[in-house]
Amino acid sequence: MLDTGQWFACYLTNGAHFLFYQSFLVVFALIFVTAPTALAFGFGAAAASRSPILPIRLLGKLYTAMVRGVPDIAFFLFFVIVLDQLIEYSVHTIRCPDWSEPIYQGANFLVCDAARVPPGNSPQWVHETYNFFLAVFTYAIVFGAFCGNVLFGAMRAVPRAQLETAEAYGMSRRQTFWRVLVPQMWIYALPGLSNVWMILIKATPLLFLLGIEDIVYWARELGGSRTSAYQYPHPDWRFWYFLGLLVFYLCFTRVSEIALSRLTRRLSRGQATMAGEDLRKAAA
Amino acid sequence: MKTLVISATVLALSAGAVLADAHSVVRMGTEGAYPPYNFINDSGEVDGFERALGDELCLRAELNCQWVTNEWDSIIPNLTSGNYDTIIAGMSITDERDQVIDFTQNYIPPASSLFLALSEDADLAGGVIAAQTNTIQAGYIAETGATLIEFATPDETIAAVRNGEADAVFADGDYLLPVANEDADLMIVGEPVQLGGGVGMGVRETDNELRDAFDVAIQSMKDDGTLNALITEWFGPEAATF
Repeated sequence: MLDTGQWFACYLTNGAHFLFYQSFLVVFALIFVTAPTALAFGFGAAAASRSPILPIRLLGKLYTAMVRGVPDIAFFLFFVIVLDQLIEYSVHTIRCPDWSEPIYQGANFLVCDAARVPPGNSPQWVHETYNFFLAVFTYAIVFGAFCGNVLFGAMRAVPRAQLETAEAYGMSRRQTFWRVLVPQMWIYALPGLSNVWMILIKATPLLFLLGIEDIVYWARELGGSRTSAYQYPHPDWRFWYFLGLLVFYLCFTRVSEIALSRLTRRLSRGQATMAGEDLRKAAA
Repeated sequence: MKTLVISATVLALSAGAVLADAHSVVRMGTEGAYPPYNFINDSGEVDGFERALGDELCLRAELNCQWVTNEWDSIIPNLTSGNYDTIIAGMSITDERDQVIDFTQNYIPPASSLFLALSEDADLAGGVIAAQTNTIQAGYIAETGATLIEFATPDETIAAVRNGEADAVFADGDYLLPVANEDADLMIVGEPVQLGGGVGMGVRETDNELRDAFDVAIQSMKDDGTLNALITEWFGPEAATF
């Protein structure tokens, strides 16, 4: 029994497992960088969709409609390639104007060496960080579209009387937007945004599809059966590793739910909603 | 004599310098899931026969090498698009692959592919055979009367036999033999099949200097016997040598 305990103590603290534990940080980093970025994209899209200027309005609506209408996985796989090629193509046209060979050769996308992003000679962590940020940007675009739709709805849910009052006080369009509409819309946006947050958490294993060594990659890698070529041979343990991931995600979403319900309470204070009214009565 | 040594050194250094311009770092692409060829060891580093071989080749060719892993299925497209500079991942030299990338001379002689199954009477001719996607073994099974199911990683092919999804696995003998030796339920069945022209390193078709540098290094390891010693060390005394 002691031997088994010791074996596991050593096994679970070997180098490969530390990489596994580190990959949880990758997931957290992804979520905490993506969430604000996506919110900013969404806010931009919602504000654009309300713009009195037709082209801006169309652009905002096109973005939300298009990205929301494409399956996430298809968009992830497609957009990361497009983004990478777009960056390399732009650098290529600037740095190698006399390049004569075609860039698309069958299935290959070949730019000159100077246009490789990141440069082929850079260390491995630069390549990994670059891939990670491509992924973050793609996530932000996808979830920005969902946020945009939620925020657009929330902006329309703010009682019209509030805006009319603001106008009656002589506020300009801009002032009404920033001082009356935006502070009040969050409570209407929160249920939708909390949904998007949950979906974002659950979408993080898609990182694996983009070739980033995330928790799913390591769970599969470490859980696979191992011969004595390894220091710690064991049979197929993928079941246990994936069960661990399941528990991790359940805990993570549960903590998020608790935090979000507290936030809802906080934002309801002083609002012209039923929850806000209840809070007012309870205090009085 | 002294001048000779110095001029030889200068020559060697300048030859290295020409290559160094294009490749100050050579990124070695491998799969990291095919023990004992290449795998991620318990410290999380690339390990195995090809790690030992690659490091020795880089030392002899005076190259600064870095190890990168990439899943098998996209290992050729990611080489041609420049994500790394070589493939050193137990890849057999075939005409089909040679049309897309270039190979160095082989560093493992043509070896046998074997079937691994739960029982001696597994139906190899008409049953369900598991193989890894895009391998010569998968190509071979597709041509026979058996039903082929493909998996992205070698480990999954073995899991498919264990849970009864497939009747047998068809893969490189050197990969299957340690598995068969350590698991009492699994055994090698049927006749060995000779496929491919041995295992070589893959490089981009335009990268002739790099290919030549590795060719020279592999040849020098063949000549002084260190390559055979390395093969025996990792694949056992029965493995085919040069």
